[in-house]
Amino acid sequence: MTGFEKLNEEKVFKDPVHRYIHVRDRLIWELIGTPEFQRLRRIRQLGTTFLTFHGAEHSRFGHSLGVYEIARRVIDIFKSRGDWDDSETMLSLCAALLHDVGHGPFSHSFEKVFGTNHEQFTQKIILGDTEIHRVLAQVSPDFPKKVADVIGKTYENRLVVSLISSQIDADRMDYLLRDAYFTGVSYGHFDMERIWRVMRPVGDQIVFKSSGMHAVEDYIMSRYQMYWQVYFHPVTRSAEVILTQILHRAKRLYNEGFSFKNVPLQMVSLFEGKMSLKDYLRLDESVIMYYFQVWQDEEDEILRDLCSRFMNRRLFKYMQLSKDQLYADEELSGAFREAGIDPEYYLEVDSSSDCPYDFYRPGEEEERRPIQLKMPDGSLHELSRESDVVGAITGKRRTDHKLYFPKDMVLSLPDDLPAKKRIIELLHI
Amino acid sequence: MLEDHAKIAAIIKQAGVIAGRKKLQKMIYILQTMGFPFHETFHFNFFGPHSDELTMQLEELCNFGFLLEHPDEESDGITYRYRLSEAGEGFIGHYKEILPDVRNMTEKLSGESASFLELVSTLLYFDQIPGESANEKVRALDRPFSDKEIGRARVYIADLQAERADLSFSK
Repeated sequence: MTGFEKLNEEKVFKDPVHRYIHVRDRLIWELIGTPEFQRLRRIRQLGTTFLTFHGAEHSRFGHSLGVYEIARRVIDIFKSRGDWDDSETMLSLCAALLHDVGHGPFSHSFEKVFGTNHEQFTQKIILGDTEIHRVLAQVSPDFPKKVADVIGKTYENRLVVSLISSQIDADRMDYLLRDAYFTGVSYGHFDMERIWRVMRPVGDQIVFKSSGMHAVEDYIMSRYQMYWQVYFHPVTRSAEVILTQILHRAKRLYNEGFSFKNVPLQMVSLFEGKMSLKDYLRLDESVIMYYFQVWQDEEDEILRDLCSRFMNRRLFKYMQLSKDQLYADEELSGAFREAGIDPEYYLEVDSSSDCPYDFYRPGEEEERRPIQLKMPDGSLHELSRESDVVGAITGKRRTDHKLYFPKDMVLSLPDDLPAKKRIIELLHI
Repeated sequence: MLEDHAKIAAIIKQAGVIAGRKKLQKMIYILQTMGFPFHETFHFNFFGPHSDELTMQLEELCNFGFLLEHPDEESDGITYRYRLSEAGEGFIGHYKEILPDVRNMTEKLSGESASFLELVSTLLYFDQIPGESANEKVRALDRPFSDKEIGRARVYIADLQAERADLSFSK
C-alpha cells in the first residue's frame, strides 16, 4: 500500500526555474518512476521551436515536475493560512504532475493530421492498463478517476481544478518561465512568488488581492509577449507547416500502398486510424525523427524533399496575407501546378487561430472565468477593468495570417516558365 | 484556405444574428457532436465546452470585416452580437460547396438561451465519456440546473438527433 506514505528521505531534482523540486511523498516518487511518465523526457515541451530558438530542447518531463512543484508550494501557502482542505492535497499534486502525460510527439501536428487527442490519451493513461494507473489505484479504486477528472476539468471541487487549470494556474506559470529560460528570451519573466502571495481562494475560484495587480499585469504581459515572440514565431510556424505536410504525405502514401524503403512500422496503426494506447506510448520524438531522417532517401520526391527541409532546416518562407489576398490561392495553386509544384504540400496558410493558446480575453459573463481582483472591500473586479495595461492588450485585437511556400523551389524554376513569373508576382518575391 | 472560418460565418448567416459568444460556442459544439464538419478543439471549462480556437477565429473574422460585432452592455455584463457583413457574404461565397446547410437546426439553437445551451452541450460532453452518468455529473458540478431543465435538455437533444438523422436520410 503506497497511500500517502512519506519517503524516508526527501528527494530533490535540481531545476533551472525553481532551483529545487522537492518530493516527499512516495506516491509522487513512484509516479515519476513509471515508464509513461519517463516517456515525457523524449517529448519536447515546445515542439518545433528548437529550430528557431536552439535552446528550446527542454522536455515535458521538466515542465510536469515544475507544475507539480508550483502546485505544492501554492498549497503550502494556502494551508499556512487555513485556506485549504488538506484531503485534496495529494489529488491536486498527482493531477499537476500528470496533466500533460498524454502528450505525444509534436502533438499539435499529429492531432491535426491523425485526429488524435492528447487529452483523451491522458485520460486513457490514467484510467487504462498502465503503471500510472496501478500506482494511483493503490490509494483507492476511485482515485485514478478523480485525478483524471481534475485534469479534464470536470472534478466537482472547482478550486482544485483552478489550481491546475485557469487563467493563472500552475501549468501556465511554469511553462512561461521555463520556455523563457530555455529559449533565452528576456520578456517572459514575472514575479511568480509575489503572485503566489496574493492568491486567495474565494469560494470555488482563486482570485488575487488587488494590491498584487502589478504582478498579475506582468504575468499577462509575459503571456502576450511569449505568444507573439515565441509560440507564434513565423519560423517555428514554418517548421510546423512542413512537419504537418510530412505527416499528410506519409499517411497518403501509406494508404495508397506506396512501398516504403523504410516501412514506418511504429506509425502503421496511426495511418490506419486504430492506434492503441500501447502503440501510442511507444511513439516519441526520437522515433519520429528517425523516420524523418531515413525518409530523406525515399523514392517519393515530395516526402524526400519535405523531410530534408525539416532535418536540414530549409524552411518555407512566408508572406503576410491581407484580406484582399485571401482568394489569391486559387490562382496561385494553378500557377504552382503548372510549374510542377504540388500546392497541396507547398502552399499553406497559417493563422493565429491555429495556435490559439495563451491569449487572455476576459470574455462575456459565463463564457469562461476571467482573472478577478479582490478589492479592499471584498468585492471582485475583473482584471482588465482595473488595469490599463491589461485593458489595452485585451481591448485591441491582433490576429495574423501568413502564406507559407518554398521560395527556393520557386526561384529554381526555369526563367522562361510563364508560371514562374506569375508566382513571383503573386507572392511578391 | 479558410474553410473552417467560412463554416462559422455561414452558421452566423443562417442564424441571422447570434447573441453572445457563449451561445455561439455552445452552438458550434452541439453541431460538432451532431456530426457536422466543424474541426475546432473544445475543452471543458467552468461553463461547459469551450474552444479557444473558435474565440480566435471569431476575432479573425471580425478583423477581416466579415463579421460585425456589436457589444451590448446588459445588467449581467457585456453580450456581443454577431452578424455577417456584406464582405462576409462575399467571403462565404467562395466556399459554397463545403458549407453545411443546417438552417433549421441553427435557428432552433439560436432561439435558446446561452444558459440552456450550456446545459445541452455539457450533457453531450459527458455522454461521450465512457462510464460517466452525464445527468449526475451535471448535478455534481453545482451549476444552477434543475432536474426539470435537465429533463427538457434531454428531450431537446433527442429532437436534435432525430432531425440530424432525417438530414442524413434526405442526403
